[in-house]
Amino acid sequence: MCLAIPGQILSIEGDDELTRRGRVAFGGIVKLVNLAYAPEAAIGDYVLVHAGFAIAIVDAEEAVRTLEYLTQMEAAELS
Amino acid sequence: MKYVDEFRDAALARRYGEAIARITTRPWTLMEICGGQTHSIVRHGIDRMLPSGVTLMHGPGCPVCVTPAESIDRAVAIASEPGVIFCSFGDMLRVPGHDGSLLAARARGADVRMVYSPLDALKIARETPDRQVVFFAIGFETTAPATAMTVAQAARDGVDNFSLLVSHVLVPPAIEALLSAPDNPVQGFLAAGHVCTIMGYWQYEPIAERYRVPIVVTGFEPIDLLQGLYTCIRQLEDGRAEVENPYSRLVRREGNRTAQDLMRRVFAVRTQRWRGMGEIAASGLELAAEYANHDAGKRFGHANDAPERPTECLSGDVLRGVRKPIECPAFGTRCTPDRPFGATMVSSEGACAAYYRYRRPEPIEVTA
Repeated sequence: MCLAIPGQILSIEGDDELTRRGRVAFGGIVKLVNLAYAPEAAIGDYVLVHAGFAIAIVDAEEAVRTLEYLTQMEAAELS
Repeated sequence: MKYVDEFRDAALARRYGEAIARITTRPWTLMEICGGQTHSIVRHGIDRMLPSGVTLMHGPGCPVCVTPAESIDRAVAIASEPGVIFCSFGDMLRVPGHDGSLLAARARGADVRMVYSPLDALKIARETPDRQVVFFAIGFETTAPATAMTVAQAARDGVDNFSLLVSHVLVPPAIEALLSAPDNPVQGFLAAGHVCTIMGYWQYEPIAERYRVPIVVTGFEPIDLLQGLYTCIRQLEDGRAEVENPYSRLVRREGNRTAQDLMRRVFAVRTQRWRGMGEIAASGLELAAEYANHDAGKRFGHANDAPERPTECLSGDVLRGVRKPIECPAFGTRCTPDRPFGATMVSSEGACAAYYRYRRPEPIEVTA
């Protein structure tokens, strides 16, 4: 139920605070997504989408940090 | 897909398995809260990558599974009213109440429709003003904002033929209920990542401190789950009990404030009954008084306070992390996804359904 999928914003339409929405690409599939909960989201951003709503912008730096975490821990074990 | 594929890297996953084995010196029992995590763990065999002493119990984070039978009975009763279009997420349709499921109601002629978003139900209401359209709003804090925004749109635009049967549930009170139980076996939690995307994780800090239990905000991909397990076991081995957030690409401590603000406006907190777990104080959401005219419960009645009827289904124990699905004598024989005894076998995220799909013992060939 809490499944949510990251996708990239291709375009944004409207500025109403309840209905602002964007076309979001998930791999080859593009869907209209409500952006009201991600007011800072801009074209090109990756957003996490659940039940038709973007609920967060993916933090690209933190994503890299997560992938590098184990290497740091392994280095710490050796030192 | 970006932000998915790299978090399924098999070589990195193997290194995590080895790292966990290196740091584990004692047996530990951990619980992942969310049914989506349960599904991912069983599907990818992550529990089988852990040292033999580390046990994963599967938590109550499957909203379809914990929705009480009387709410389903009420949904069936409303869906069966003449002229009603009843909309629900797909998972909910097959879950049996005391008197059958929404799918059974549809077979009897009720207009029951599956939707992907509550906004789809609102759209149906706008396009069919002569019919009553009802949305069955279930789910945790991840899903509640979608409901809240839909209610706000319906109220602002005066879509009077749209109402909601709200049965949203909240995670932190359920964790406290699990931890307060005398037979609680869980020593560390993987908190549900997307619930924390909305709510943040500051709410878990007093729980970690009070019960001396590590709580690690964890995502859904294999690398996220393994990192969550590594972080949690490290805390246990070090004797620490803190809230940590390795799912930092999608979770901030304060959560999504815009979503929280609208949730506070649209919902009021109430005592909620959980299937298999009983009543938990302040663990559910209902529509606030200002939005009462969109409350399907008030519009249609059919309140049903009948206590849950006892069955031989063990899902209550499974949801509390006391037993595993395969410990149930009916598992996979008399109880299957086609003929489920309880919701944990129905929902694709239910622990029993995940074990049925990925963990059935190999069939035995009989050679005469």
